[in-house]
Amino acid sequence: MAYVPLADQDHEHELHDPHTFITKYVWSQDHKVIAIQYGGTAILVGLVALGLSVMMRLQLGFPDTFSLIDPSSYYQAVTMHGMIMVVYLLTALFLGGFGNYLIPLMCGARDMVFPFLNMLSFWFYLLSVLILLSSFFVTGGPTGAGWTLYPPQTITPGTPGHETGILLMLISLGVFIVAFTMGGLNYVTTVLQARSRGLTMMRLPLSVWGILTATVLGLFAFPALLVSAIMMTFDLMLGTSFFMPAIMAAGEQLDYNGGSPILFQHLFWFFGHPEVYIVALPAFGLVSDVLSTHARKNIFGYRMMVWAIVAIGGLSFVVWAHHMYVSGMNPYFGFFFATTTLIIAVPTALKVYNWVLTLWEGDIRLNTPMLFAIGFIFTFIHGGLTGLFLGNVVIDLPLSDTYFVVAHFHMVMGVSPVLVVFAALYHWYPKMTGKMMNETLGKLHFWCTFLGTYAIYLPMHYLGFLGVPRRYYAMGSTDFIPESAQALNANITLAALFVATAQVLFFINVFWSLKNGKPSGGNPWGATTLEWQTPDTPPKHGNWGKDLPVVHRWAYDYSVPGYPQDFIPQNVAGDFGVSDDHDHDDAPAKHA
Amino acid sequence: MSENVASGIAAPRPGLPGLVDDWSSDKQTYHVPWGKAMMWIFLVSDTFIFSCFLIGYMTVRMSTAEPWPLPSEVFALSFFGSEPIPLILIAIMTFILITSSGTMALAVNYGYRKDKRMAAILMLVTAAFGASFVGMQVFEWSKLIAEGVRPWGNPWGAPQFGSVFFMVTGFHGLHVTAGVIYLCIVARKVIRGDYDKKGYEIVEITGLYWHFVDLVWVFIFAFFYLW
Repeated sequence: MAYVPLADQDHEHELHDPHTFITKYVWSQDHKVIAIQYGGTAILVGLVALGLSVMMRLQLGFPDTFSLIDPSSYYQAVTMHGMIMVVYLLTALFLGGFGNYLIPLMCGARDMVFPFLNMLSFWFYLLSVLILLSSFFVTGGPTGAGWTLYPPQTITPGTPGHETGILLMLISLGVFIVAFTMGGLNYVTTVLQARSRGLTMMRLPLSVWGILTATVLGLFAFPALLVSAIMMTFDLMLGTSFFMPAIMAAGEQLDYNGGSPILFQHLFWFFGHPEVYIVALPAFGLVSDVLSTHARKNIFGYRMMVWAIVAIGGLSFVVWAHHMYVSGMNPYFGFFFATTTLIIAVPTALKVYNWVLTLWEGDIRLNTPMLFAIGFIFTFIHGGLTGLFLGNVVIDLPLSDTYFVVAHFHMVMGVSPVLVVFAALYHWYPKMTGKMMNETLGKLHFWCTFLGTYAIYLPMHYLGFLGVPRRYYAMGSTDFIPESAQALNANITLAALFVATAQVLFFINVFWSLKNGKPSGGNPWGATTLEWQTPDTPPKHGNWGKDLPVVHRWAYDYSVPGYPQDFIPQNVAGDFGVSDDHDHDDAPAKHA
Repeated sequence: MSENVASGIAAPRPGLPGLVDDWSSDKQTYHVPWGKAMMWIFLVSDTFIFSCFLIGYMTVRMSTAEPWPLPSEVFALSFFGSEPIPLILIAIMTFILITSSGTMALAVNYGYRKDKRMAAILMLVTAAFGASFVGMQVFEWSKLIAEGVRPWGNPWGAPQFGSVFFMVTGFHGLHVTAGVIYLCIVARKVIRGDYDKKGYEIVEITGLYWHFVDLVWVFIFAFFYLW
């Protein structure tokens, strides 16, 4: 039987509009509702992680003043903060949230290819979050092994949460991976197979490319985490020795022998490093679209940007052991992984150049999403440069496990993606709700967040050079650390409190604008991509009304000379002196 | 095609550029149903899971200090008091699983010919082969447990032997079990005529999963039992 592509199918019979409140908003199979459920859950659990970081900062800044947490709960806070932020907030928000919302809209599809599976994905994700949060309430509390969960100390008695917390963490990760796989298969299949007529891969907005590549990375990287979680669960529950060597704890010989802790580190980082790019690539994609739209210019070097995303995705699987220079692995590995790590900087730098060149001579509109997007370029360059330091073995050895590392990864995969999250939320909020967000509040939010994060993380680099170790509850009287380090620590804490408080502005803005925001209309930013061309705003179930859009051009026809508007939507037909021939993609549009 | 001309897409070029053209082509990258594309992507992801298991197994086999038990002696069976025959049960299991791939391939063929009855029967035969494979695995497990093999130790050497054995064959056995259930469900729907309109790609999609499970077994057989 001949197979009929989606864009050519008759869709009359497919639209079963949900009617009851339950099918519309709770057990919804609509990708837009699922996206908001995913995003809302991720942000809520992210607030828990933010609260934990505030507690840690209070302890570090004023060690003798507050008695909020003891050393054990400090480790638990470190662990849960890291795990929640990386996996349950950023991964879920970018792929489950933005991926779900934007992929069908940007691809001109009516929904994900398997909506039921998509709904299951969210409910499994929610389950994994609940399991994770339940570990706060069990005997011994959540695990305090650090978010990397390195054995043997994850399992040995003495580590906080070794009773139940670690088991709940491993189960929660397993459930999360199941949820991610169900969603991820949907995202990839939708992008590859359900695009609208005329929408070739090389006409896709970079957001879709970023999310697609990140999802593929996730589908290949999460298996390593799943396997290590299963093996660790067996070490924990069945007394196997996959990761546990012969070891003494509290003067007693434990019943383990012959396992390899390094094996866990390899498996973990085979997941863990692609995970960095699972978070970063969607951010790269989204920020490209925000920059191009608000600079009223085509993205510079579209094809290069696509290949850079793909190249980074591929290379991210061969750099994992740069997290393990001090682990005791074969030193020759270090040479190999330092080389690959520095090579991955090339496509990454290329992307940064292209963002800057997109801004070059653009008709820049400094509204809130644009400010966040430009802020991202700053923090990303900053975090990327310190990454070059840490990628070299000889420089990494002294800096390993100091605050320099903390500063680096917070800059590059904490602050930078979060700035993109905000850019994207301010940018797509009008499409999700039909209301504009308040610009004044938004700009205030941006400056507080942007300057505040610099006040937090710049001094941390210096603390790292002093040799202040990370994950310490208190420095005590350490000879090589000067008194002034403590003053700096107190300042960092104040800045952190300030930034955390400033996020209230964002939430006020979201809820205030929902009711009082100016009506946005369908395309408030004058954007070209398909999601802004829907017949209704917010888009209704099925997205496109009766007919699917037909795409006639790439996603970046801004400021085309001779065209009355400064943008040409992708579904507008006609040759206006611009060629869709990709040999000319890189030429900047001439404009006044 | 006229619609391609309308949206400005040139005909695919020959050679390597043609590959790029195919990938970036209009609407869909592969001319297959969504379910089939999704199954392929899932199987690649699942390949990574089994690869991690097998690499983990090889690493602990190298890291453990005690000698690794000899599979040819552990997995030997004697019939009616004969000399123990090494790996005889595993050989039979492997033979059955590979045979089931053959019946599955026949089912796919009958499916595309819209011979519902033969397709369903062959799928059920495949499921029966799969079920007997799982049954023999249960026998193997209980025999080893009776001989004192546990996840945390065994009478012959490295404790990781038992850990890896139960983990890897257990995870594969779960896949086979899931496949048997999947086959039965699809076979029932085939008989009922649920796919008369949609077409019988679903039989092939089920087959993809089944062949994958067989292929994984070949690697487990080679790396765990023969090494």
